[in-house]
Amino acid sequence: MKKALIPLAVFAVLLVFLVRGLSLKPHEIPSPLINKPAPAFSLPVLDAPQTLLAAQDLRGQVWILNVWASWCVACRAEHPLLVEFSKTGAVPIYGLNYKDKREDAMRWLERFGNPYTRSLSDTEGLVGIDFGVYGVPETFVIDKQGVIRMKQIGPVTPEVLRDEILPLVRKLGAGQAPAAALSVGVAGA
Amino acid sequence: MLERLRLALMATALALACGAVPARDAVPGSDDPALEARVMAVAEELRCLVCQNETIAASQADLAVDLRKQIRVKLRAGQSQQEILDFMSARYGDFVLYRPRLSASTLLLWLGPFALLLIAAGVLAFNIRRRRRAAVAPAWSEEQAQRARAMLLEADAGEPAQSADRSTKASV
Repeated sequence: MKKALIPLAVFAVLLVFLVRGLSLKPHEIPSPLINKPAPAFSLPVLDAPQTLLAAQDLRGQVWILNVWASWCVACRAEHPLLVEFSKTGAVPIYGLNYKDKREDAMRWLERFGNPYTRSLSDTEGLVGIDFGVYGVPETFVIDKQGVIRMKQIGPVTPEVLRDEILPLVRKLGAGQAPAAALSVGVAGA
Repeated sequence: MLERLRLALMATALALACGAVPARDAVPGSDDPALEARVMAVAEELRCLVCQNETIAASQADLAVDLRKQIRVKLRAGQSQQEILDFMSARYGDFVLYRPRLSASTLLLWLGPFALLLIAAGVLAFNIRRRRRAAVAPAWSEEQAQRARAMLLEADAGEPAQSADRSTKASV
């Protein structure tokens, strides 16, 4: 009787691991940069390549960094949501145009809309490496002190925007209009 | 997902384009074979985050190519292998290291096999001891043993060996 329970116990342990495995996302590697200062950079602005924008220029405000490229298919999926979200003015979105050609990127924004306060050209992908980007799109939430507070790997979904990004942005004390911003997430879902 | 498909298509196209050329780890980025060997040695220690089961040395993913380039730049600048590995794990986490470090979160990984071995050894020792105890304890009472001996003697005296065997077994 006791012996018969052993395989059952082994199976139960196995089951725990299998069920746990269902909710794991092995493709989403936790970033060591969470709660660390965002890496310093100084990059040309996409539509004004003579102008450089540096990380410290963005100090004192909560901002979102969205890594995108015109060749990135998944970016197109999240793009309408970003465009809509940017209209609420809840928080400025800066684009990191990752390993892209300037003309392609400009045309892409013209065609699908531009949610970015500014887009920065990371032609060589070096700033991407500093941010630990390994797949596009990726999205970072950065606080007033320039510390990375959140990283979203893959497209931002209405759920992620509503349940994670917006509450965090509000907690960090971004500008106004959080109420209006919240309705975007719901409408998008 | 689509990015992966794109990579798979690119890899296939590349494989077709290469044709009869023997497979190589990666296209070397400079003419200095000694430097390239060192780049590859470091790249062997790093996991490609796109493919996850390949090293950066073996992967053809865009990111792997970029990271090999970074390794090359850093080696040229005189950085050590450890410095480069630290640079990578500061950005991509310990996951990027193909040989995981010993830390609180990898303790189970490092010690788990030994723990399992210890448990197995314990179970084995337990079983051996139990069996030995069973062997020491007489399975038959003295009276039963005497009966068996008598039957064996009887069989030896009267019958051919084969059937004696059989009868012994049967009586046991």
